[in-house]
This record gives sequence, C-alpha cells and structure tokens, in this order.
Amino acid sequence: MNYQVSEKGFYGEFGGAFIPEMLYPNVEELRSRYLEIMAEPAFREAFHHLLKHYVGRPSPLYEAKRLSQQYGARIFLKREDLNHTGAHKINNTIGQILVAQRLGKKRIIAETGAGQHGVATATVCALMGLECIVYMGEVDIQRQAPNVARMKMLGAKVVPACSGSKTLKDATNEAIRDWINNPGNTHYIIGSVVGPHPYPDMVARFQSIISEEIRVQLKEQTGSELPDYVIACVGGGSNAAGAFYHFLDDEKVKLVAVEAAGKGIGSGFSAATTTLGKPGIIHGSKTLLMQTEDGQIIEPHSISAGLDYPGIGPVHAHLFESGRGIFLSATDEAALRAGFLLTRLEGIIPALESAHALAALDQLQFKKEDTVVLNLSGRGDKDLETYMKYLPS
Amino acid sequence: MKNRIDLLFEKKHAEILSVYFTAGFPERDDTLPLLELLEAGGADMVEIGIPFSDPLADGPVIQQSSSAALKNGMSMRLLFSQLRDVRKKISMPLILMGYLNPVLQFGMENFCRSCRESGIDGVILPDLPPDMFEEEYKEMFAEYGLHIIFLITPQTSEERVRRIDDLSGGFVYLVSDSATTGSRNSFSEKQQIYFERIRAMKLRNPSLIGFGIHNRETFTRACGFASGAIVGSAFIRSLAENKDIMQAVQSFVQSVKKENHDHSVA
Repeated sequence: MNYQVSEKGFYGEFGGAFIPEMLYPNVEELRSRYLEIMAEPAFREAFHHLLKHYVGRPSPLYEAKRLSQQYGARIFLKREDLNHTGAHKINNTIGQILVAQRLGKKRIIAETGAGQHGVATATVCALMGLECIVYMGEVDIQRQAPNVARMKMLGAKVVPACSGSKTLKDATNEAIRDWINNPGNTHYIIGSVVGPHPYPDMVARFQSIISEEIRVQLKEQTGSELPDYVIACVGGGSNAAGAFYHFLDDEKVKLVAVEAAGKGIGSGFSAATTTLGKPGIIHGSKTLLMQTEDGQIIEPHSISAGLDYPGIGPVHAHLFESGRGIFLSATDEAALRAGFLLTRLEGIIPALESAHALAALDQLQFKKEDTVVLNLSGRGDKDLETYMKYLPS
Repeated sequence: MKNRIDLLFEKKHAEILSVYFTAGFPERDDTLPLLELLEAGGADMVEIGIPFSDPLADGPVIQQSSSAALKNGMSMRLLFSQLRDVRKKISMPLILMGYLNPVLQFGMENFCRSCRESGIDGVILPDLPPDMFEEEYKEMFAEYGLHIIFLITPQTSEERVRRIDDLSGGFVYLVSDSATTGSRNSFSEKQQIYFERIRAMKLRNPSLIGFGIHNRETFTRACGFASGAIVGSAFIRSLAENKDIMQAVQSFVQSVKKENHDHSVA
C-alpha cells in the first residue's frame, strides 16, 4: 500500500485540488515549484539552520517514567512543546516562509484555530520582515486571548472571522477569500495538512522532521528505531502527519490518531470526523467531512480550538479508510483529565490538543515491553484559563 | 430539443442580461415568483444559486444570502421540487450554480437527471476542476443535454483559456477581476486589456462578464467587451433592501436596464 501522495495530488481517493479558477494560478504556481524549491541545497541548509538555531531542534524525546508506570508500557514524549513558540506549528511556518521568499511573495496570510499556527506564522514574518495577516474565528479570539496578544505584539494583523461557527473552518474560508482577492503578491501559509494539493504534502514534508528525529532518538535510547505505537492528536492532522511520516511503511508500527469527541460522539457537539463524517469536499480537498445529508458542513465542537475542525487531512482519511491508522477519540472531559494527570506526574502542562493524545493512553491495551511514542504537540500555557475552570480542588 | 442557452445566443448577440439569485432568499418559496418577475422584467437568463454553508468563492453579500437561505430551509431536494413545473411558466434559459459538495452528496447523475427533468439548461460548479469534469462527468452531461460553464479569470493562461473554452458549453464566464464576487466598482485599464485579449482569441463560445456588474454603467461597459453580463451581488442587495421581491426586481431592472423599465412588471 502506498501512503504518499500521487502525482495528481491524491491519497487513495482523497485529496486533489477542488478550487475555483480564481485560485488556480496561485495554487498551480506552488504545485509546480514546491518540490524543486524544497530540494535546493541552499533551501535545505537554510531550513535546517533555522530549525536548529532558531526553533531549538532536535526537540527532546523524553522517557516519561512516572507516566509509563501508570500505563504499564515504556512511554516516550516527543517534546514539540519545547519548540520556539510552543508547538510543532513552527516547523511548517519556517519551511513555508522560505518557500514564499523564493516565490517572491511579500504578503503572508494564515488561518488559525488555537492561535498556535497564527503565532508561528507571525513569528516567521517578523523574522523575515514580511507583512502578516492572520484570520481567526471570533470564538477562538475570545478563548485564546494570550495568543492573540502575541500575534499583535509580533506585528501581525488579526482579522476576526465572523461567519458560521466563528472557528477554524470559518477562519480558513476567510483566508482563502483573501488569497482569491490578492493574487500575485500573497502566499497563504496553511497550518495543517489540509487544503488543495500540494498543501497536504508540503506541510507533511515540513513536519516529517518530527518522525525523522524520533527514529534516531529512539535508536539511541532503546536500540531500535521502531516503536510499537506512535500516538498523536488530529484536527487537520499536521502533527500526526509529521509523527507518522517516516513510519508509514513500517507496518508493524501502530499509528494511533486521536480525534476530539467534544461532549461525546453522539452529543451533536463533536469533532470526531472519521466516526461522524463521510467523503466530501472542504477547503479544496476531498476528504472525510462532517456534513448533513444535504452536503452542508456541520459545525464541530471541541474544547480544544486546534481540533475544532469538521474535516481531516486527506492523508488521514486515507490512513483511516485503508486501515493503516487506528482512529480513536477523546472527549473534552477525558482530555482535561489527561492534561491534569501529565502535569502532576511529569511536571509538563500539555496543550489541550495534545491532551487528547494523552487521553488515548486509557483506551489502549499495552504489553509491558511495548514502546510508545506520544507526540506532545504543544504546551498548555495558552489553555490555562480553560484548565483553571476545571482545576480539581 | 436544442439547449435554450444556445438558442438565446443565436438570436441575441449583445446586451444579454443574466441575473443570479440564491434559491431560498429572501424567502424559502421565492424561487418561482422571482423567475417570473425577472423574465417579465427583461432578464435574458437566470442563474439560480444552490446555497452552501461554506461558499468560499463568494463575497459577503452572497454569503449572507446563502446562510439566510439555509436557515429558511432551502435544500437541493426542495429546490428541484420547486422547479418541477417551472417550464410551464418560464421560457428563458436557466442555470444552476453551486459548490461541488452538495452536488456530490445528491449524486452527480441524480443531479443531472433532476436538472433535465426540471428543464435546467446549464450548470456552473466553480470548484469542479476542468480535468475531473472531462474524465468523470463530460459524457454524463452530454447525455442529459446539460451545458457546463467554466470560469476564466485575468490570470488564466491562454492555453488554459482554450481548454476551458473546449470543455464549456453555451458560453464562458469571464470573471472581471480576480476577486470574490461583489467587491469591485468599475473596470480598470488592466481589466479592459484582459477583456480585449479574450475577445481577440475568438473563442468558440460566446462570453458573459460577471463580478462587479452592479449598475447601468458597468453593465453597458461590460457589454462592450462581451455578449452580455451577469449581475449577482447587486441583485441580492436589492432583494435584501426592498420590502417585497416585486419592488426589488423593479428597482434592480431600472438601475441596470433603463430602457426596459417601461414594460417591466406593473
């Protein structure tokens, strides 16, 4: 089975570029150039230099002993939370800003949910001296105030998306409209493995540094490059795509993707796309999508703004349909519990997104000798207000 | 029977007015009354928009009409049932315009069959890639006698314009500016050069200009470069601002097609 993108931009039946003609020149320019740009020695050197000296890579692979004891397996945390700006998102924005420069773009736009991608984009724009506009749902602006302040301090203009559920999906619609209205000088830095081809593939390639490092670090610490499990949360799915990337063809490695169940799968307030969705088109790609019988997109719910998305990257839709990925979901409540547990056991406050991956540890049956790598995609500083509401007394 | 879009362009070569409205707006059951008023008021063709929750190629006016229509309970099934007897009253060509996802959920063949049964002549699906249309749906559209109309923008390369012209039927839709609908006011020199460039290509299909056509002046100027023009946001705005749809159609037709207002609906 092939898990990489085809020449036409598909993962199995999913992916493609379902875009209006107004977007075609922008997307086509990127599609025809991204691989060649990413292969240039000067590009690779610049990318890796920034990842090392600016982002602080490689991020540690930390054996969480007390967490391991709790679950009866050997659990390693891939510490993407320790990256500059606090999440894996910066791996992709560093890559894309270098691509944008080579395409001669002067103006950068982005969408953001939790604000992590917005911050990571505003950061690289400050670094490169480029204009930055970030679209963010009005609801998310309320619940992720610290990240809004960071983006503003970094010089980005934060534009509220006021349509629909006023969350990530709507912010993405607005960013796409901006790109339609500003052809030529603008590059759209999509934050996840979603959108029209080549975005899912390009973002996965930039995030694949995560699994590239895991293999080396795991070999050093356990003598084997291959874990039994890799676990990651999935909204659009960029941290999962990066954590799975170099294990896709090692079929003995179980790849576990954890979606947000919100208030429960059947509650009507959920973002568990593989359970609740069916094939459809969102933001220019064919994928699994939460929608009504009439093909209208359903507004999702999750306590975590970064997972509050009604679709899923086409690569994940393919991993789900092909059976290569194990798809689980965690409720708001389970994620909060897992977040508090990690904090008390290891002294690490995880982002609410990553807390969903941690919650999946409860649902898996491990053998004592199992090696588990959990991608701790981000830190929880931005979520303190939510955590405080639920702080166990 | 010959496609009504082709018949229209055979008998009329200039000043064709095509009007867009979103089905289910302002009220759920306005579809047929609006078609009657527009035909009587002097529209040559109508594009009926199928509302979608996430219309990412549309500007704020059409977005709002779309979400209002969905709140009113509009759906693909309801639209086709409203259109069941449309051909007893309406003779102008009718086009359905919508995003791909609702059509795929309805089923492409089911959609084409329903179009033929209700007398729809053409379809515009802005997010359906021409390549995919050619590979998967071209024969189906031909079988059901439906034209597909693709969009051309100022950035579309000459080679791609030729290909879009080859695949399109009835006419090609010239987007006046690379912008979401309804966001521009007049034509720049750059746009005029673009319209001239397309005209000089002598495409096999006639063309209509859309996006940014909102009054008599922009309509007339667009008609100087193409067989006619498409008005969308300006008409939706008129529907939103007027108390009843009859007034809305009247004041809209007056603003765009002055010479027709004498025999417009009374």
